[in-house]
Formats: sequence, C-alpha cells, structure tokens
Amino acid sequence: MFYGEASGLKMGKATRDAFGRALEELGKDRTDVVVVDADVGNSTRTEWFAKAFPERSFNIGIAESNLVGIAGGLAASGKTPVIASFACFLLCNAYDQIRMSVAFPELNVKLVGTHSGISIGEDGPSQMGIEDVALACSFPGMTVVVPADEPSTRAATAAMLDHRGPVYLRLGRPSVPIVYENGVEFRIGKANVVRDGKDVTIIANGLMVAVALDAATALEKEGVSARVVDMHTVKPIDVEAIRAAAEQTRGIVVAEEHAPFGGLGSVVAMAAAENGISTPMRFVNIGDRYAESGDPMGLLKKYGLTPEAVADACRSVLG
Amino acid sequence: MAVASTTSIDELKEKAKTLRRHIVRMTTEAGSGHPSSSLSAVEVVTALYFGGFLRYDPQQPRKPDRDRFILSKGHAAPVLYAALAEAGYFPVEDLMTLRKLGSPLEGHPNYKRLPGIEASTGSLGQGLSIGIGHALAVRLDGYDARVYVMIGDGEMDEGQVWEALAAANKYRLGNLTAIIDQNGYQQTGATKDVLDLTPLDEKIRAFGWHVQTINGNCMESVVAALDAARKVTDRPTCIIAQTKKGFGILDVLQETGDVNFHGKPLPPDLAEKALEVLK
Ligand SMILES: Cc1ncc(C[n+]2csc(CCOP(=O)(O)OP(=O)(O)O)c2C)c(N)n1
Ligand SMILES: [Mg+2]
Repeated sequence: MFYGEASGLKMGKATRDAFGRALEELGKDRTDVVVVDADVGNSTRTEWFAKAFPERSFNIGIAESNLVGIAGGLAASGKTPVIASFACFLLCNAYDQIRMSVAFPELNVKLVGTHSGISIGEDGPSQMGIEDVALACSFPGMTVVVPADEPSTRAATAAMLDHRGPVYLRLGRPSVPIVYENGVEFRIGKANVVRDGKDVTIIANGLMVAVALDAATALEKEGVSARVVDMHTVKPIDVEAIRAAAEQTRGIVVAEEHAPFGGLGSVVAMAAAENGISTPMRFVNIGDRYAESGDPMGLLKKYGLTPEAVADACRSVLG
Repeated sequence: MAVASTTSIDELKEKAKTLRRHIVRMTTEAGSGHPSSSLSAVEVVTALYFGGFLRYDPQQPRKPDRDRFILSKGHAAPVLYAALAEAGYFPVEDLMTLRKLGSPLEGHPNYKRLPGIEASTGSLGQGLSIGIGHALAVRLDGYDARVYVMIGDGEMDEGQVWEALAAANKYRLGNLTAIIDQNGYQQTGATKDVLDLTPLDEKIRAFGWHVQTINGNCMESVVAALDAARKVTDRPTCIIAQTKKGFGILDVLQETGDVNFHGKPLPPDLAEKALEVLK
C-alpha cells in the first residue's frame, strides 16, 4: 500500500492504530473515559487502553447492541464511554440501540467504527462498513468525523473526547500515508485545505484525501490546478469551505470510500443546494453495490477509488 | 438426491483429513483467514456432507426439498468451501483462489456468488434466525427437509441467537438442528473469560430444546449425535460439539505460543509441518 507516493507522502500508521495509541495516552488525564469492547479490542486497538487501565475497561462479548446500551448507561451516569467495533457491526447491528440509548437522549457516547470501507480487503463485504457514514449522519445531533491519517486521527481522538455529545469516529484498517507531516490544526466542523488550487476542488475524507492529492499531482502535469479539501467532519459540514470552493474554483468533486447515498457526497450536495451555492459537481465513491474479497489495492482499483478516477471526475466537472 | 450414506467411519475420518489439508493450504495461500476456527468444525461438517445426513445435489443447489446447512460462524468459510469442493459443487482447484479478487470463495460465505452457500454470513449471530426461516418454509411446503446451523461458542454472546432459540421452540421446529462449535475460544480470549455462558446446555434446554453434549472432534460421537438429532421431530435439537480450535494440528499451533490462533493463516513453514501431520 498505498497512494500518496506520487505526491511525496510518506507512509504512516493505520488510523485505527493512531486512535489506539492516542486513547491510551489521553486516558491518563481523562479518568472519566471508560472503554467497553465487544470481543474485537485487538482489532480496534482499544486493547492498548485496556492494558493500561484495566479497571476502566470492560469486554462484554460479541454483543454490539448490548455494547451500545451499556455505553448509554455509563454516559448517563457521568462517564465518557468509548466503544469501538468494526464500523459495520457497530452502526448496522446496533442501529436502534444507538438511536434510543445514545442519540435520542443525546448522551456523551463516543462511537468508533474501525475497518471502514473496502480497503479492509480479503475479509470481504460482510466485514466492510460502506453504509456507516450515512447511518451515523442520520441520527439527529450526531457528530461524524472521518480522519485521513495518523496525525489527524490523534487530534480527532482528543477533539472527540473534548466534544460534549455523541460522536461517530470512522477509522480504517490499512496503513495510510501521512497527509499532515507538519502538524495539523484540527477543529471539528472546520475543513482543512491540504493543497490549494484554482481550477477545481476535490473534497475528500479518510484515505481518499491521499488519493485526491495524487489526482491533483497528476492534473498539475496537464496544467489543471486542483485544490484538495480534507472534509474530515461530515456532520456538521463546513459550508464555508464548500462556498469558497464554488466561488474560487470552477467545480467540485467529492471523493469518499463509501456507498453513494447518504455519505459525504450527499451531505456536500445538500449543503450546497440549501445555501444557494451553485457549481457543477461529480461524485467518486464505491457505487451502489457491495464489493468483494480481494487485496486492498486491487479492490480500490476495481471499485473506482483511484487517483485516475478522481482526476477523470475533475476533467469531467471542468467540461 | 446424492447421499453418501454408505460411508464408513474410517472413510469419514480420511475425508476429514482431506478437508483439513485443504483448509491449511488455502488459508496459507491466501495469506489470511481463520484456519483454527475452521479446523475445530471439520468432524461435524464432514459427517454432515459425507456421512449421509445432508441430502443435497450439487447439480441443483437450490432444489426446494434439499437439506440446508448454514454456517453462521461465517469466518470458518474454508471448512465449508473444502466440503463443497469435495462434494462436487465446484472444482477442488478453485479452493486455492480463496480471498482473491474475482473469486467467489470470499473471506466469508456469499450466498449470491457460490452454489451451495445457503446464507451470507460473517456478521455473527444471524444464522439461526435464517435457519428458522428455512425450517418454517420447508414445513409450509410439506418437505421433510432438515436445516442445520453451525454457531460459534463466542457467537452465542449475540442476543439474536437467544431470540432465535426462543422462536424455534415456539414453533416446535423438529426439522431444525443447531450445532454449537464449542472450541472454548473467541477473538480476544477464552470464552470463559470473555463471557462465560455456562451452563450452556441447561440454558438451551430451558429454552425447550433437545440438547446433546458430545466430543465434536470424535467422528463416532458426531455421527451418533447427528443420528439421534434426526430422530427428534417434535422440537428443535442442539448439539454442543466440544472441540479444540485448530484440531488436527494442535502440536504445530502450540509452537506458535498461541493456542487460539484466531484469524491468521499458518506461515508457509508451519503449513508444511501441518500438512506433514495431516498426511
Ligand atoms: C457481529 C460481529 N461482531 C464481531 C465480529 C468479529 N469476529 C469475527 S470472529 C470472532 C470470534 C468468534 O468466536 P467464535 O464464535 O467462538 O468462533 P471461533 O472462531 O472460536 O470458531 C469475532 C468477534 C463479527 N464477525 N461479527
Ligand atoms: Mg469459539
């Protein structure tokens, strides 16, 4: 793995690893943080927190609905529960529990979905979270964050704990390139321009930020100047970043490792429409389908999540 | 329908070894997967497919009166693929395409892509409910087909399994058999440490089921238990198959210092050793 080489990015850790280390670190001062696991802590990396703070860690077995309910109770009694599982199991298996025990009572539960997208590879579609962002965004009051790399995941983990209210943090399995080599200013709800440009804007999040940077690098050779915006917060969306893209460039391409409906693309398009922002748009995503087992790079290619696909969408949006 | 009912215990044991070799080879070739979870289930799957219990026809995989086998613990897909290949659903060579892009032998069973797969599984806890649906449907249609569902002992943590246990009893599904692969481990450790469900047999009996507890890696016991289950027709039956995760190559796994060996393939050198043991 991976993309980002063409843009001079170095490889970093997987975002799940960055989260696990950050949580372990933050747990020292944040004695209110409690971790509950559903038998996947060695995959989600909450096991590192659990080793450091066994008295504040619980493993309740393979039972995601129960996991979410327990977190709701912990939060209602003043704790800051962090619960992590595969994105698909957490959001899909426990959807109503998130609704009734977290979102509706607006409790301070931190939901962390690892193994998102198709880049998990060989385990296949049953383990791939491709609907999770849409589901998370559907809950009133839920904040939804999809960081791109190791440094921004560390910052996002801290921001998530500081934020009061339910948060969904979406993470990935494979190692990803470092986008923010020189540090990151991370504010929930505030997008980051990671590369400026004047012809077209690529709005991306997660590992698609590195893919977008490679697309921008390729476009530069054709004399097309592409801006890349890391829209790490899907909800609440940064309307001003979209407005600036529309005013300062000639079109927007939204790129995400997710199914097409209800994810970043939908949220950006709706925010634009609602705010009178009119600009041509294209959308790069997995498409309206389930993927399959395979090697991560092969899957990203087959399912259209490549720098070439993003660059093509940019050419198309520029007409 | 094709039924290999005349197979002797010795032949079944040979077949079990063949499945084990496939499991080791295909996961090492794939470079990922769950061989230990597959190996514990080999005797049960072998007896079902080759001991005359499942009535199936690889030429007509969706024949309405077939018996069904649902692998609810879908991560053990290699044991199912090995059995399906040996049963003639697809060529044995295809096993080596496990988990590769384009292959229907995905990391977890995919109902849409591979004949012989009765349910898409991989999100634990759902297979028994699907099994109830099949059992109700075949009863409505007047077929005497049986439905077998294999569940992991860690998978028993999922609440949906207990909802299903209750529902199957309500409808007295005498054509439904649940087999729990009780290998004592789940992803993060021993089931007794993660979530102790003992006494599992008494709990399930209290749900109205007929329950047997057996040595699930002993072919004679497995065949006897499946035979006994088949004769119970007034209520759902459960076989708690006490097994060992990685059975067949336990000494080889011991060398790794990880008796659970969850969710990883044998490195090529250990796979060689394992295949030696399984000769
Ligand atoms: C709903 C759900 N949660 C979590 C997982 C991740 N997972 C895969 S296998 C496994 C452990 C399963 O243990 P068990 O059922 O005992 O099967 P074994 O591997 O021991 O045969 C877990 C937690 C999953 N596949 N599905
Ligand atoms: Mg087990």
